[in-house]
Amino acid sequence: MRLRIWGCRGSLPTPGAETVRYGGNTSCVEVTLEDGAVLVLDAGTGIRPLGSELLERGIRRFHVLLTHLHLDHLEGLRFFGPLWDADVSVDIWGPPSPVSSLRDRVARSFSPPLFPVDLREVPARITFHDVPREPWSLNGARVSADLVVHPGSTVGYRIETAGSSFAYLPDHEPALAGAIADRPRDWISGGSLAEGVDLLLHDAQYFEDEYEQRVGWGHSSVADAVAYADAVSARRLLLFHHEPLHADGSLDRLEARARELAGRNGDGPTLAREGMVVELP
Amino acid sequence: MAAVRQKHLVLILAREFASNLATGTLITDERGWLVYYNEAAEEVFGVSFSEAGEMPLEDWSARYAPRSVETDEALPLERRPTGIALKERRPAHQRFRTRGFDGVVREVEVTAFPLFAHADELVGTVTIFWHV
Repeated sequence: MRLRIWGCRGSLPTPGAETVRYGGNTSCVEVTLEDGAVLVLDAGTGIRPLGSELLERGIRRFHVLLTHLHLDHLEGLRFFGPLWDADVSVDIWGPPSPVSSLRDRVARSFSPPLFPVDLREVPARITFHDVPREPWSLNGARVSADLVVHPGSTVGYRIETAGSSFAYLPDHEPALAGAIADRPRDWISGGSLAEGVDLLLHDAQYFEDEYEQRVGWGHSSVADAVAYADAVSARRLLLFHHEPLHADGSLDRLEARARELAGRNGDGPTLAREGMVVELP
Repeated sequence: MAAVRQKHLVLILAREFASNLATGTLITDERGWLVYYNEAAEEVFGVSFSEAGEMPLEDWSARYAPRSVETDEALPLERRPTGIALKERRPAHQRFRTRGFDGVVREVEVTAFPLFAHADELVGTVTIFWHV
């Protein structure tokens, strides 16, 4: 399994000279399985350049797994080149709602006054799926989804292949459900998704003092991200969903703080960067 | 002992809510397993949750023998608010007598309601106790 980060910024695209090292595109991660199949995690603005590359590679069928429908995780979908190609088939998976289908919820962003073209006019063949409660198989990978602490209906994902496991929790505030370190694993939000994974990609939007002013907004402090990784026994932690107000220098300090908290340097937590590639065994 | 089973997010949030309430509150999962009650409920039950642990609600309730205030007859689970919330998936309210682990008989007002998650899926119940 190979991961490539196409967008790791939280909340709002943040282009500019001060964010060039970590990148300004919002959430999008490409997961390439051993057979070459592609799973796309979230459709933030990072999905636009990914779409161009997928078309260049001739990939015409893939899955998009949405954690939730906040704009920073959806706004790139309208500019995802493969959707505008009639030869493409896309399966879009996302969180359930008792009120409306996933298609209807996504279609709102393809409608006036937000966008000039209706979802019905998109040429690609799109199939929408609510994520199942039980794990399911995509191109030989075992995929699990579960609701996690974040405002609105939001899921995290666990992807497992024969040799490796990866958990994707880009927007997550587990501390809102009580102190992380004191809880049994089954009482930790997303605990079964992240337990023992080779790589945990987790929200770490804030420094600790910033988080104190933003409790309940759905995101984690760097300290909570490190505590969470420890509580679920994740082998490696990749910090994600960078605060738009944090320029590259601030993010360097956030990474240093994470390593200080984890008590590790060499294999300690790292911050996701646009273009980063992670190979899992 | 209960097998370790990931709790639904709604139960995790309900537990955190209940743990901050001064009103006795009990939570079950969708199978009817008692998965948590708060410190205020310990006053009614006479034992802490950490001592009691998770168990099927029927096993739990057999220990405190709830009885009707009016007739003094034993109240089976399906006629009590928590059982109604679980089986009939609707809220219910009742006053009954119960004997705690400490042997003391207490009269309580009980309200129970089902918890439904985003996909309209029953994930458990919340029962609130007022010691009267």
